[in-house]
Amino acid sequence: MVDIRHGTGEQIGPAEVEDVELYHPHSWWTRYVFSQDAKIIAVQYASTAIAIGMVALVLSWLMRLQLGFPGAFAFIDAERYYQFITMHGMIMVIYLLTALFLGGFGNYLIPLMLGARDMVFPYANMLSYWLYLLAVLVLVASFFAPGGPTGAGWTLYPPQAVLSGTPGGKDWGIILMLSSLILFVIGFTMGGLNYVVTVLQGRTRGMTLMRMPLTVWGIFTATVMALLAFPALFVACVMMLFDRVLGTSFFMPAIVEMGEQLQHGGGSPILFQHLFWFFGHPEVYIVALPAFGIVSDLISTHARKNIFGYRMMVWAIVIIGALSFIVWAHHMYVSGMNPYFGFFFATTTLIIAVPTAIKVYNWVLTLWRGDIHLTLPMLFALAFIVTFVNGGLTGLFLGNVVVDVPLSDTMFVVAHFHMVMGVAPILVIFGAIYHWYPKITGRMLNEAMGQLHFWVTFVGAYLIFFPMHYLGLIGMPRRYYEMGETAFVPASAHTLNEFITIMALIVGAAQIVFLFNLIWSIRHGREAGGNPWRATTLEWQTPETPPRHGNWGKELPIVYRWPYDYSVPGAAEDFIPQTQPGTTSHAPEGAS
Amino acid sequence: MSAETHPSVREPLRRPAGLAGFASDWASDQRTFKNVSWGKAMMWIFLLSDTFVFGCFLIAYMSARMSTAVPWPNPSEVFALHIGGADVPLILIAIMTFVLITSSGTMAMAVNYGYRHDRKKTALLMVITALFGATFVGMQAFEWTKLITEGVRPWGNPWGAPQFGSTFFMITGFHGTHVTIGVIFLLIIARKVWRGDFETGKRGFFTSRKGQYEIVEITGLYWHFVDLVWVFIFAFFYLW
Repeated sequence: MVDIRHGTGEQIGPAEVEDVELYHPHSWWTRYVFSQDAKIIAVQYASTAIAIGMVALVLSWLMRLQLGFPGAFAFIDAERYYQFITMHGMIMVIYLLTALFLGGFGNYLIPLMLGARDMVFPYANMLSYWLYLLAVLVLVASFFAPGGPTGAGWTLYPPQAVLSGTPGGKDWGIILMLSSLILFVIGFTMGGLNYVVTVLQGRTRGMTLMRMPLTVWGIFTATVMALLAFPALFVACVMMLFDRVLGTSFFMPAIVEMGEQLQHGGGSPILFQHLFWFFGHPEVYIVALPAFGIVSDLISTHARKNIFGYRMMVWAIVIIGALSFIVWAHHMYVSGMNPYFGFFFATTTLIIAVPTAIKVYNWVLTLWRGDIHLTLPMLFALAFIVTFVNGGLTGLFLGNVVVDVPLSDTMFVVAHFHMVMGVAPILVIFGAIYHWYPKITGRMLNEAMGQLHFWVTFVGAYLIFFPMHYLGLIGMPRRYYEMGETAFVPASAHTLNEFITIMALIVGAAQIVFLFNLIWSIRHGREAGGNPWRATTLEWQTPETPPRHGNWGKELPIVYRWPYDYSVPGAAEDFIPQTQPGTTSHAPEGAS
Repeated sequence: MSAETHPSVREPLRRPAGLAGFASDWASDQRTFKNVSWGKAMMWIFLLSDTFVFGCFLIAYMSARMSTAVPWPNPSEVFALHIGGADVPLILIAIMTFVLITSSGTMAMAVNYGYRHDRKKTALLMVITALFGATFVGMQAFEWTKLITEGVRPWGNPWGAPQFGSTFFMITGFHGTHVTIGVIFLLIIARKVWRGDFETGKRGFFTSRKGQYEIVEITGLYWHFVDLVWVFIFAFFYLW
């Protein structure tokens, strides 16, 4: 707090690149549907992601109804249950979280926060969305295909994923699932190249790398990771598609199905697991890093205090991103690996806790003695911190081989990953929507509905997932259609399952309040003005709200300072926008 | 704060030399890679991503080949052609490799002439590169036909591990698709160069942006990459 620098000011170099020529839409279609404006594309991405996310929410209801009240709902048979559980997982991880963070927030915030007029390749950016939409439609189509969607579990492990015992295995389900993922990867690559090149090469004058808001750092690092991790998913999907359609044996060992020897032979199911988790583990951080970045900005803005240890935060993001590529086999401790592999991957996994802990400490230290405003974004940000710490601690359990083996495939794992990469990032998404909605629409979201939404969601999520730790510890397996009579599961566990189901229904219903709020506030929300949170970053300094095509007026903004000048002593206001020249700043040396 | 004046735009900032300059360039405003255009940066990053795709394909293939319980067919015999009464091992693959590497040479020349605004030579060299590429794909089609008539299928072959056929068709097919896409792009860009689009500032059909001769180099980056990938496929699939 006392580290105030009074420097001599600095030079801002001249523009190195000519101002871009934007594509100007000629009609309603090219303005709002086939739009090349990153802001419109962001809203399209986000709306599609939320829509398909609602499908996944309903699927989770159905699956919880079966777990809480086994046999009470006749239409949920074992096959349907596996289809619900598979599609719930896949939609939430890929089509909701990844698409919403990178396609939604990435598209909206990167150009605005960096002072760019748009993404660098608006046309490819548009194609990215339409391929994503196509991927979603193919995914939805599998619900209506003969045999229904795949029920292979979201990890799609072969050989079961392409055999007749699994729903969709010998029908259309798995084919449509794999095709949809391939389309998603191609579409994402088009968008991802845009995000990365815009961050690297498309910043405005004065916007150095170390003056980028942490939101941009998080999204940028996650996108780089996605560009390197999705290829493994792409390859795995192509190979499994060949196994299913052409009868190759990449992942298929010699196998007998229904008393019949199949033509397959010599393939390796473990190879699929390696490819899948080489994608799958970075994917966790592809979802988490944007959340880390966004929550840092929310906390700093709403605690009116500069982020603690900005450069440490940046390097922690980058190091987490790098480390996450060498931990993937901790998902495979029970797959039958060389024990030395387990040792190696347990070590790297636990090392990730170091930069992650740095981030958590820095968030808490940012809050310490801050001028905390308990606004809706701040509530969600605080909820994120506690939820993430909870989920992260159980990660330490599961990262150790000897502890993981008995806990593997129990409800403990379900509790862990839902806390750490389900609930925690979703809380950030909610916080971010409450935070940036005024910029996107010009109006505030309704506060009362928001409070209701927050408290039900936050408390409810704990009531859902906390008891699952206990269920896992007593040995209740995950992915079981019903438990039946078992010696080790007491009757009280069934009561607990009923309780969890009821809570899940309530928390799901609270999301309808949120959706209603989103739509209602477009017309009836309070007028927000250009900078309702009195924030420093560039997106709040646009000439119009919502920003027009091209984002800025005639002149691009010039950046004179880092994004965290809140409550600088001696300043007229408790925030100094990045566009304001001057030398009084909290910024550390080099970030000025 | 209001007393402070708005700093005016001055001369380009002097940046330190050596390693410090490297770091300060990377961290500086506007562009991390100075003098690298958006298009070129995008192509490099795309190629990095594509490297991971081919890397995964090749590692999957190597894993299959190393773990197979039945013998792997001998590439020297499988890929031999019967010429003049003798089996010449890998002769077709050697010619294919030669053709593709030659095409990289003509591509590099096209880039050079492009920056000299020599439209005719640039377009001609690009077409020659495309023809080499098409020749490569044609020879690959011949090779596929030969293997298919000998009974190689994605799910099996007469000589051993079924993964031989599946990885062969998948990896060479994926690479051949890349070459084909490259040929199409070369022809499109060659037509634009020939027509003089980059002199008149004609706007792109889809992007409505003005093109520049740099697009020849960007296409070239892709082409050289596809060539380089082939070298790895050649080494790991045929020579192993």
